[in-house]
Amino acid sequence: MSLEKSLNNQGFLTTSLDFVTNWARANAVWPMPMGLACCAIEMMAFAGPKYDASRFGSEVMRFSPRQSDVMIVAGWCTYKMSHAIRRIWDQMPDPKWCIAMGACASTGGMHRCYGVVQGVDNFLPVDVYVSGCPPRPDALLNALMQIQEKIKSEHSTTLDS
Amino acid sequence: MTKKEKALQVVEAIQTKFGNAVLDTGGHAGDTFVRVSAEHIHEVLSYLKNEMHFVYLTDLFGTDRFTSEDRFEVIYNLISLKSGARIFIKTWIQEENPVLPTVTDIWAAANWNEREVWDMFGIRFEGHPDLRRIFLPEDFEYHPLRKEFPLLGIPGSIALPTTTPNTE
Repeated sequence: MSLEKSLNNQGFLTTSLDFVTNWARANAVWPMPMGLACCAIEMMAFAGPKYDASRFGSEVMRFSPRQSDVMIVAGWCTYKMSHAIRRIWDQMPDPKWCIAMGACASTGGMHRCYGVVQGVDNFLPVDVYVSGCPPRPDALLNALMQIQEKIKSEHSTTLDS
Repeated sequence: MTKKEKALQVVEAIQTKFGNAVLDTGGHAGDTFVRVSAEHIHEVLSYLKNEMHFVYLTDLFGTDRFTSEDRFEVIYNLISLKSGARIFIKTWIQEENPVLPTVTDIWAAANWNEREVWDMFGIRFEGHPDLRRIFLPEDFEYHPLRKEFPLLGIPGSIALPTTTPNTE
């Protein structure tokens, strides 16, 4: 039984429950930094004091998958590394989102060879792709804001059955 | 005497000692090379280590020349820590059954280099203590730096992680 139904039975009106849940989720998107190459340097700038991802509620980088909500895959991913990334992704609790940062994570980029996965969407459900080689921290902030928009448009409470 | 002149002296010493084994000598961009036949490569290299003090094996690598005969090349980059001279020893290997004697008994540092050449070109080193692949998975069937290997690899030859949970 969904949360909305159980509350409606007791005379509560729950039209804004989605809004409250999504507002809370969208403003506390803690990233799991998957820094694999030079994009990771831009990702550090994104989290640092100048660009300051904390302004958008991405307060801290969490190096434990169990405490994080969005995985930022920053850099090119080899077939050997893909198994580790997928394992970390599977350990992240739902709901979770994924950003493919840069040309290499999105498509393989200039690493067009046998050892590099041609885009992490071959084994991860990517929500936002960021272009650039590497993208500027502003671009990653924009990707984070798009994730927030996506969270705000989701029906999160009705999924609770 | 410059390091280059010292290297040329070493080339002369190799030529007088192993006259029939030396196929070619020369240089390019300030470097000196000696091409030695594959049967004599081990004795030439151990002579350089033991008599000429080339104790430092800087590098050992292969190339694929993609010709019908003498297809592969293995190149040893040596430095003498006494004189500072640098010399390249090259050898040719046939396409059919590419085998060379190992040099791990001369320089222990050759171990990983030879594993890399085996991994990338499929050249076997006889007498190597642990000839396994060094970069690619153990069950990979190809040698990716060979010219006939496609740039993007062979689909499915390296496994991607499964995207559905393993529920047993």
